[in-house]
Amino acid sequence: MSDKVLMKGNEAIAEAAIMAGCRHYFGYPITPQTEIAAYMAKKMPKIGGCFLQAESEIAAINMVYGVSAAGKRVMTSSSSPGISLKSEGISYLAGADLPALIVNVQRGGPGLGGIQPSQSDYFQATRSCGHGDFHLIVLAPSSVQEMAELTVKGFDLADKYRMTSMILADGTMGQMMEPVCLSDIKPTTVEKPWAVTGTKLERKHNIVNSLSLVPEELEQLNFDRFDRYRIVEENEVMYEEFMMEDAEICIAAFGIAARVSKNAVIAAREMGIKVGMIRPITLWPFPKKAFRKAADQVKAFISVELSMGQMIDDIRLAEECIRPVYLCNRAGGMIPSPEQVLESIQNIAGGN
Amino acid sequence: MAKLTIDAEKCKGCGLCVATCPKKLLQIAKDKINSKGHCPAEITDPDACVGCANCALICPDCVITVER
Amino acid sequence: MVVFKRPHALADMTMHYCPGCTHGIVHRLVAEAMDELGIEGKTVGVAPVGCSVMAYNYFNCDMVEAAHGRAPAVATGLKRANPDSIVFTYQGDGDLASIGMAETVHAAARNENITVIFINNAIYGMTGGQMAPTSLPGQITQTSPYGRDTAHCGFPVKVSEMLSQLEGPQYIERVAVTSVAGIRKAKKAILKAFRNQVEGKGFSLVEVISTCPTNWGMTPEKAMQWANENMLPYYPLGVYRDRDAESKEDAQA
Repeated sequence: MSDKVLMKGNEAIAEAAIMAGCRHYFGYPITPQTEIAAYMAKKMPKIGGCFLQAESEIAAINMVYGVSAAGKRVMTSSSSPGISLKSEGISYLAGADLPALIVNVQRGGPGLGGIQPSQSDYFQATRSCGHGDFHLIVLAPSSVQEMAELTVKGFDLADKYRMTSMILADGTMGQMMEPVCLSDIKPTTVEKPWAVTGTKLERKHNIVNSLSLVPEELEQLNFDRFDRYRIVEENEVMYEEFMMEDAEICIAAFGIAARVSKNAVIAAREMGIKVGMIRPITLWPFPKKAFRKAADQVKAFISVELSMGQMIDDIRLAEECIRPVYLCNRAGGMIPSPEQVLESIQNIAGGN
Repeated sequence: MAKLTIDAEKCKGCGLCVATCPKKLLQIAKDKINSKGHCPAEITDPDACVGCANCALICPDCVITVER
Repeated sequence: MVVFKRPHALADMTMHYCPGCTHGIVHRLVAEAMDELGIEGKTVGVAPVGCSVMAYNYFNCDMVEAAHGRAPAVATGLKRANPDSIVFTYQGDGDLASIGMAETVHAAARNENITVIFINNAIYGMTGGQMAPTSLPGQITQTSPYGRDTAHCGFPVKVSEMLSQLEGPQYIERVAVTSVAGIRKAKKAILKAFRNQVEGKGFSLVEVISTCPTNWGMTPEKAMQWANENMLPYYPLGVYRDRDAESKEDAQA
């Protein structure tokens, strides 16, 4: 039995990153994720690492770019408005095929928005976190334990596929305290012969670059990158099914919305309603096959989200519009209650 | 005795060396053209070169080698 | 005996710069500094966005291409990841003094142990000659076709003067590669800026007054004259910060 410690979600991310071998963190203060920076500021100097508060989110992500180019594990964290600023650098990371970990502890938007939990950066994370054709590996933890495990997984996947991983959490996940077991976490290491560590006059110079002015060559780079993405889609999808065996209604929810929904599913089951849940853990790659398979079994889907409905589009695409997909949501920093989700289940079960 | 070598193929014919040579020994060739379409610099009187290397110092394309 | 030849750290290839463009001169001076200090094998350069965007091809050391203006932040990451690396950025005036001003100022304020080569030619070259943060009052460019009107769009930024107001930096000097004598001085300054880093002294920036014959619409020779007559009065050459010299003065006083 492994030892468990009580940790905040944000702290679990920071500690897990250190366990994963990350010794470089750059960030800019923004609520509700500042505990990550504070934790790193305390820890890094004591373990020979580097915590540096950057002058902006833009600078922070470019410092990340520099460390990653040098071949070391590196991360930054922020919240929604800060991620928008980082998106330029995230695109460059993708264009230069550099691994990194980015944490987005989401808050309500758009604009300055609020500081309460939200999932309204789903589109940004899964569709367009910057310009150009690219994807991030997007991981959505729904417990403090997963905050830690997915942080390590994020580093491992980033190195394995030369991609940027994003932890897409929210203010609740960041602030929540739960027992965590860190001792079973075993990170991997990957050789990085492409890194700019100095030629030592022994090899041709390495160039880390996202510029490619010959369209035929740039097209090929995009083709090659998307071949790699297809391998990720094939091998790295993660999701959890809950009470789906005989379900006639399928809830889809991630992160904090999945925790709320789980209670609603249990309550509905007690009332005799056959409902289950699919919880995507990777938002990209999205668990398409799970939803497509569920479409042959259930009568309807309900997407429970802390947004105006963003993941709902992916569900429709995945289940190929075979069954109706309903939205049960709150926005702007509000969280759906189990009662709201239960009511939504009851309405659909009752044919309303 | 100085020896000046100009890599005519890499020269862009900008003329900065011509303007810089204290002995006015350099000119842009009127009857030569390299594969990039530039008329390269050339030395008119190699024996008069003192090897001061001013031309090489100001050359943006590093096409001049100076020996002394 | 060879008294002048291409430095080892400069790739043996034709650069894409226009005829007479001073980027080539400054590239060579940077490569000579690497040669003289014997650091090519552990140097990592950061190229900007601008005319020198493809500088990553021209140096034989490891190279990184940064987003526009972000080179000092990228260099910070590189240096913090591998403190034994010698890290330099090579940036133009738009990159360093406009879009990347925050990254420049804060790298200097942190006394980040990197070397910054700053090319000031008072214009945006790559995009075809628009007004730069360093374009002179009255200077005609594509986006100041009636001359830079300071009442409308403000005054040129004097980067060396501005950064020397900070406590942080180790060394800031403005030089010009618009004459042979100027090039000799520039070479010394760039060498010092790299040596400072090797010795762990901190942020060193060399501002290099340069030309852009193509976008200024002049021959390379005329462009050098124009820079000497118009830029040097506005951008006086000299050492704006040298902690070494200052500490010597303190010792004497």
